[in-house]
Amino acid sequence: MAFYIFRRFVNYFILSAIATCLAYVVASLALDPASKYYGRNPQPSRQTITNILNGLGVNPDVPVLERLWNWIVNLVVHGSLGNTVGGTSVVDQIVSRSGVSLRLLLIGSVIGAVVGVTLGVWGAVRQYKFSDQVVTYGSYLIFATPTFVIGVLLMIGATALNGAAGMQLINFTGEYSAGLSGSWWDLTADRAVHLLLPTLALVLIGAAGYSRYQRSVMLDVLSADYIRTARAKGRSRNQALVRHGVRVALIPMSTFFAYSFGTLVSGSIMLEIVFSFHGMGEFTLNAITQSDINAVAGSTLFLAVLVLFSSTLSEVLYAALDPRVRN
Amino acid sequence: MSVPLSTSAAVKPLLEIKNLQVGFQTQNGLVPAVNGIDITLMPGQTLAIVGESGSGKSTTAHAIINLLPGSGRITGGEVLFEGRDLTQLNEKQLEEVRGRMIGFVPQDPMANLNPVWSIGFQVEEAIRANGIATGKEVKQHAIRVLKEAGLADADKRLRQFPHQFSGGMRQRVLIGMGLSSRPKLLIADEPTSALDVTVQRVILDHLATLTREIGTAVLFITHDLGLAAERAEQLVVMYKGKVVESGPSREILENPMHPYTQRLVAAAPSLASRRIQSSQKNLTDLGYSAPRAAEGLDLVEAAAARAGKQAATPVAGGPAIKVDGLTKVYRIRGAKRDARDFKAVDDVSFTVERGTTMALVGESGSGKSTVAKLLLRLEDASEGTITIGGRDTATLRGRALLDLRRTMQPVFQDPYGSLDPLRNIGNTIAEPLQVHRVGDRASRRARVDELLDQVALPSALATRYPNELSGGQRQRVAIARALALKPEIVILDEAVSALDVLVQAQILRLLADLQAELGLTYLFITHDLAVVRVIADHVCVMQRGKIVESSTVDKVFDNPQQDYTRELLNAIPGANLKLGV
Repeated sequence: MAFYIFRRFVNYFILSAIATCLAYVVASLALDPASKYYGRNPQPSRQTITNILNGLGVNPDVPVLERLWNWIVNLVVHGSLGNTVGGTSVVDQIVSRSGVSLRLLLIGSVIGAVVGVTLGVWGAVRQYKFSDQVVTYGSYLIFATPTFVIGVLLMIGATALNGAAGMQLINFTGEYSAGLSGSWWDLTADRAVHLLLPTLALVLIGAAGYSRYQRSVMLDVLSADYIRTARAKGRSRNQALVRHGVRVALIPMSTFFAYSFGTLVSGSIMLEIVFSFHGMGEFTLNAITQSDINAVAGSTLFLAVLVLFSSTLSEVLYAALDPRVRN
Repeated sequence: MSVPLSTSAAVKPLLEIKNLQVGFQTQNGLVPAVNGIDITLMPGQTLAIVGESGSGKSTTAHAIINLLPGSGRITGGEVLFEGRDLTQLNEKQLEEVRGRMIGFVPQDPMANLNPVWSIGFQVEEAIRANGIATGKEVKQHAIRVLKEAGLADADKRLRQFPHQFSGGMRQRVLIGMGLSSRPKLLIADEPTSALDVTVQRVILDHLATLTREIGTAVLFITHDLGLAAERAEQLVVMYKGKVVESGPSREILENPMHPYTQRLVAAAPSLASRRIQSSQKNLTDLGYSAPRAAEGLDLVEAAAARAGKQAATPVAGGPAIKVDGLTKVYRIRGAKRDARDFKAVDDVSFTVERGTTMALVGESGSGKSTVAKLLLRLEDASEGTITIGGRDTATLRGRALLDLRRTMQPVFQDPYGSLDPLRNIGNTIAEPLQVHRVGDRASRRARVDELLDQVALPSALATRYPNELSGGQRQRVAIARALALKPEIVILDEAVSALDVLVQAQILRLLADLQAELGLTYLFITHDLAVVRVIADHVCVMQRGKIVESSTVDKVFDNPQQDYTRELLNAIPGANLKLGV
């Protein structure tokens, strides 16, 4: 069992490494970091630009594989991902920003999964009834709506709510109120309120997807013979459904969780921009617009590691739920 | 129609079903499945409901404990259990009856245990749900229940999962669960139809002993008349949701009154093989005549007709199939990455003459299906040679291999799994012709019509889809597809095992007719010796990859040489019945 998970982890590790290297190569070929300096007035001398590019390790005159090699050696030996075009360390940036993003992502995806699974099970048990139809059409509506639109709609809703209440019930700009001071509790509460809307958006997106899959898997399980057998033993319908139905129906969901995590990450990038969160989403987007190769490679590595962990977690969940894969 | 009371009138019936009606809600309104049946079961008695699929026998069983699937519901009548009408109880009251008063042993041991919960959990659940024991006693009780059901090492296996149990072991677990609360009534819905005959015998013997000890009455649901007559004192024959005949088993078997019952008696392979056995010498000489209602279905008659035709067919050319020293070794990946070799087929040799039927008989795991795969070159043999039509098949490549496939076609067990649900019947049958680039569109169409006619299906069926067909029709389509390329050899891997007796009889008849008409050679793989009696000329009995006995059908049945063969013969349901036919 431990060996099985270790083997899967090694697989995902190799995949993440390949993904990151490819991202570095693609970024190096597609982005032109020098262009930023040509537009300056006064224009720096060619030598100065070359020196800056050499310093960052992104000089296009050096073969891309050689730059990749240097980047890898630098990462392995010094634990460094190079500097951003702004001159700060990429690692420092990731460390200071990842907390913001992880908080949003972890809370959002976990609550999203729980809500989605619950709605899916509920919809399956009440197939074709009014509540099932509401959940079905609701989730299709969310599917069809771009992430940033959901964010903006939530903001409009919150503004209306604040207006109706006559006070600032829900804050949604930034991740905390600037200049607020007080006890640890006050600060945490303030952050939680700011986190509310983007998390809600992420939960909606996640739950919409999970509920669809969970419903169809659960419908398969509902007609399974062992559910009837459990009821023939004297169990009530609900007990049989929960003990025997939900657990089996969760097995394929654990795989789906790993795959949908990537979608959630890209969704959260959009949400960070919409809600002015200074997290990894903003960092990634800025890196691309500023042709910052090191920052793009660094944020790709960050995302790859997230996917690596979520995939391994889904394998652990799978093995925990299904005894047949354990040996 | 009520079952006459065999015990004194002072004893009140345990279960009385009065005018029970069950229907399924569909888009076209309520479709009745059970149309007003009456069944009476006395305490401690065993009563069997017999019928083909769709006759309403399982629906009746589920209706008693109100666990009808999906849109099914009771639309009328009473189910009196100890005088209390179960149809009037609310869900809470029913939960108290289920398990505690009425135990249930379901049909398919593979699907009825939850794969993700341990055996211990699932047995303990039955005990807890009925409040039989609490705390630490639950585990002790579970072990006792499983030991009673025949799992000697139950205490060690409680933490194991269903996939670590064999089919027979799982069925024992289900029986243990059903009896865990010492119920007054046990409903056993085809409890052994998914198991090998020898396992079936052991398990049913065990069940009979247990229920006798506890004094539990048994409602036994089965499609096999022979099995029902062997296991139950009372029989109820159901057809299209109605009871057509009921009474003491022996009487019904010896003197079936209703035409449907007569057909069932005639078509049951277990009974037919017995009758052939008892009337062997007279059969062809004296000319056996079937009950009139059973015409075209009677297996004894079919076997006689077949024997007559067979004698007239001269054997031309060399053997169709010659297998010599065939061995197949699989590497099995075990725990902690150590692999070991497993000989699925071990030094098997046999010869099949042209135009004859060779039956390969054995229990699951005996290697008989592996032999089929090797013959079809779906897998390569580890050792030994297979010669088909004088050519060693192992050396064939490309074009020559394609030619081999043309001369040899398979028909598989599951008529639901072996047809592509997205392809209509015409295209399904024409597919081999397309693959082998035989003819053009028009000639393929003509051939499909011809084939449908050969398997006695209307040509209008060509545009229909598999889900619109019954099991028997599907299997006919599978046979038509196998015949499309005009093969010389057909490999029938459990081709009739999944079918109802009446359909099975029709298909066996069809196979015999096709053989006589087209001079086909059959390799008939089955676990059911009873079927072998009516279809085959030669038998090879396989056990653990080896052929333990090989002879003509008559010799194997008359004078079995091996203990294992005798065991298989004895396990045929109804083997111990004395029939007056």
